[in-house]
This record gives sequence, structure tokens and C-alpha cells, in this order.
Amino acid sequence: MGVVIIGGGQGGFQAAASLRAEGYEEPITLIGDEPQIPYQRPPLSKGFLLGKQEQRHAELRPSAFYDAQRITLVTARAAAIDRASRRVKLDSGEHLEYHTLVLATGARNRSLAHAGAFYLRTLTEATEIRQRLTAAQDVVVIGGGFIGLEVAAAARTLNKQVTVIEGQSRLMARVVAPVVSEYFRSQHEAKGVDVLLNATVLGIDEREVILGERTRRPADLVIAGIGVVPNVELARDAGLPVGNGITVDEYLQTPDPRIFAIGDCAESPSMFAEALCRLESVQNAVDQAACVAKAIVGRRTPYTSVPWFWTDQYDIHMQMAGLPMGFDQVVTRGNPETRKFSVFYYRAGKLCAVDSINRPADHLTARKLIGAQTMLSPDQAKDESFDLKTALT
Amino acid sequence: MPKITYISHTGTSRTVDVPVGDTVMEGAVQNGVDGIVAECGGNCQCATCHVYVEEKFLPRLKPMAEDEDAMLETAASPRKSNSRLSCQLHVTPEFDGLVVHTPPTQQ
Repeated sequence: MGVVIIGGGQGGFQAAASLRAEGYEEPITLIGDEPQIPYQRPPLSKGFLLGKQEQRHAELRPSAFYDAQRITLVTARAAAIDRASRRVKLDSGEHLEYHTLVLATGARNRSLAHAGAFYLRTLTEATEIRQRLTAAQDVVVIGGGFIGLEVAAAARTLNKQVTVIEGQSRLMARVVAPVVSEYFRSQHEAKGVDVLLNATVLGIDEREVILGERTRRPADLVIAGIGVVPNVELARDAGLPVGNGITVDEYLQTPDPRIFAIGDCAESPSMFAEALCRLESVQNAVDQAACVAKAIVGRRTPYTSVPWFWTDQYDIHMQMAGLPMGFDQVVTRGNPETRKFSVFYYRAGKLCAVDSINRPADHLTARKLIGAQTMLSPDQAKDESFDLKTALT
Repeated sequence: MPKITYISHTGTSRTVDVPVGDTVMEGAVQNGVDGIVAECGGNCQCATCHVYVEEKFLPRLKPMAEDEDAMLETAASPRKSNSRLSCQLHVTPEFDGLVVHTPPTQQ
């Protein structure tokens, strides 16, 4: 029976690979609903759109890996989980029995009320956008979050006329401080991107996006990146608790001890947040997968990894450590005009997150500072003569 | 295609052809060479593709950028003067014959 993993993204792949690395000997079945073998998504909105990377570079492992590791890949959609008989029903009608089930169902793009936009999550979608980008002249990106801005940067690098439409008053408002939003706005504008804030899309015509009676933007390609919805339906229909994700404990286990949930689809307690949190990142998917693999082979420990994330836009490489939610104070280390600076977020006097723009050493130190819950005062953080590493010792 | 040899810490050697433009990390992953994990997929974010480059090949490599240098500090096995992250080594025709040693552990 062994382990059945639902979801062939980064988390599902890693759970399978980590189980074998941990010495797990029973069968492993990885169910994915995409036609390709497991691949990584981050390059799709970056180097892949620019034509710098091809599909084989995105594949997490070559197909021979799965045979060698005795990991059975099943291309199907899981239709239902029968917890009583411990079986997953596939849309083909076939059943797979499990001893332990790992839900790595990921998330899907939130869609606009209007038709006419393309969305980017899968390799298939990215391939289509890449092709259309070649012929396009005027590109409108709806959503000023990570995906939207990465796509905008790629399109502008390919010399397209690019407009970014954001409903909030600043870019990436959900996850970064105003100083960071402002920096990215200025950089996109310096590259020639038209950034429209507080803007609402009223409709999409064949050749334009309508923002108001007199405000229209020509568009022969519209791409929307307005967030995701976790894929919780399988778990909910099986009677498992669901909030903003499939609810799991600190061991990433659902109330059914044979079922775990990891990655974008799961909400779990975090020592870095005040409430249950659901994160959409490679780090979270990979580390949660490794944590669950250990639990399955009998080496159970709570999930305590420091969250980190990155985005690449033009030559700006931003790395984020920790979780800024609920921050009440921000200090900046370095001068944004030098194009290298870090922003330290504090919540009730405690360092909770650091964003580093082209300062990789700060980022790596930040991961350790946050992980060890080290005291670092805002005055120390902004003082460049203070070596951050000394706070660790 | 340039040939690259990967030698594990126990002495197991594998020589594979790696296309120009791919990275030394991709050469290992695509050919199922053990000892390189590449958890972040080649984005210079995790230091699990750490290798020791045989000294005589060092002059053929591009100098490391600030992010690779910082990331190497977090590698699980000791950093040495010939340490590199293999995801940052883009193969050129001059890489033909390159020999790298993989460390005892990457995690």
C-alpha cells in the first residue's frame, strides 16, 4: 500500500524524494494532473518567459529518476478520498489504496470576473504566454504582486509596452513595507513600465483593457496575477477541517493520523506568525515535505523552518526571510539609491522579517537571526557599522 | 559536448556529457549523479549543490558573485578555497574535462 501523494508539484515531488532519501522502502505513488513530469514553477515567470530556460531545465529530475527510485507517477485527477477504506478514487474510476496519504494539492489561480486574460501557474500556461508574448506589442498585467511584476519585468525586457494595473495603493501591499513597494514602483517606471495604482479593471475588449470611461489601455496580451485559492475540496469533502487551507497541526498532520497536508494547500501553526498560516513558496513546500517524510519513517518533529522567499525582477534580486504580517515598525539598512538595502520588520519590538534587495549576506544572516529568535534592536539593524553576524554569537 | 567528472566523497566517479549553457548542477541532476541535491532548483538559494573544483580547473571558471559567496558560507560541508555552487557554473567548451568532487553531505 505505502504512501500515496496527491499533487505532483514541488511539495509532492519532494515528499516522494525525501521518503526514499530517508530509507522508506514501501511503494510510493505520486498523483499529478499535469501532463509533464514534476517541474519547478519559479522559473516560469522569470527565465522561462525570457527564453533563457527550456522545459528540461525546469524539470526537477529526469524521468529516469522515478524508475530508479521506485516512485510511480500517475497522471490523473484525484476525485475523492475514502478515509474508511483508505482509498483515493481517481477520475478514471480507478482506486489507489494507501497506508499514509500526503495532500500536496497546491493552489489554483484566482480568476477575474472578466474573460480575456491569461493566467500563469503551469508549464502549459507559461508556454502559451511565452508564445503570445513574441507577437504582442502592448502587454497589460493585472495585479501588482510577485507574479504580475515578474511577468511585467520579463515583458519589458523583451521590449514590450507594459502596463501594470494594481487595485491597492501600492505594489505587493500584502507582503512588503511601503519603502519596498515604492522602490519596486520606481524601478519598473525607470524601465518604462506604466504602473497604475488604485485602479480597477471594468472590462477587457479584444484589443484593450477598460479602466474607466476615458481610461483605456491598448492590450494585445492581458495577463492576470491576482492571487490563488488553495485546493482544499478533496480534504473538505472527506470531512477534514479546512480554513484558509487544509488545517494541520505542528506535525503537518490532519486529525486523521494517516493524512498529512503540505505546501500551498495547507495551513499550519507557525512559531513565526500569530495565527495559522498558509504559505505559497518553494521553501515551505520543500521543508514541509521533508518534515512529513521524516514523520512517516518514525522520526517525527514539529515543523519549525524559517520561511524564506525570493523574487527576481530585472537585475533586482529580493530575498525575504521571516513573516512580516502585523509589523508595526520598519527600519532600513543601507540606502535604496545604491540599489542594495535591507528592510527589517518588527512586531511588538521583536524582529519578524527582513527583505534584502541585492544584499544576499544580510538575507542569510536574517534567516539565522529570525530562526534563533535573536534580539536585534532596530538601531543595530539600521547601523551599517554594526556587523549583523555579531548578534548571532 | 564537454565531459564533466563528478567524484563522490567515497571515491565513486561518474563522467557525463553536459551541454554548453547548462550548469554543472544540471549535468549531475539530469544524469542521476548522487551527491548534488539542488533543493532550490538552481537559484543560488540553498547551497545544496556545493562542489569542490579540482584546483587546476579553477582559472577556467568565472569568479563567483556576491550571492554565491554568501550562500557558500551556509553550506553543510566545510567551505574550502575551491568550493563553488555548481548551479552557478555555466558550462562552456573550456569546461571539457572538468573534475569536481561532491562533499560528504549537502544538508
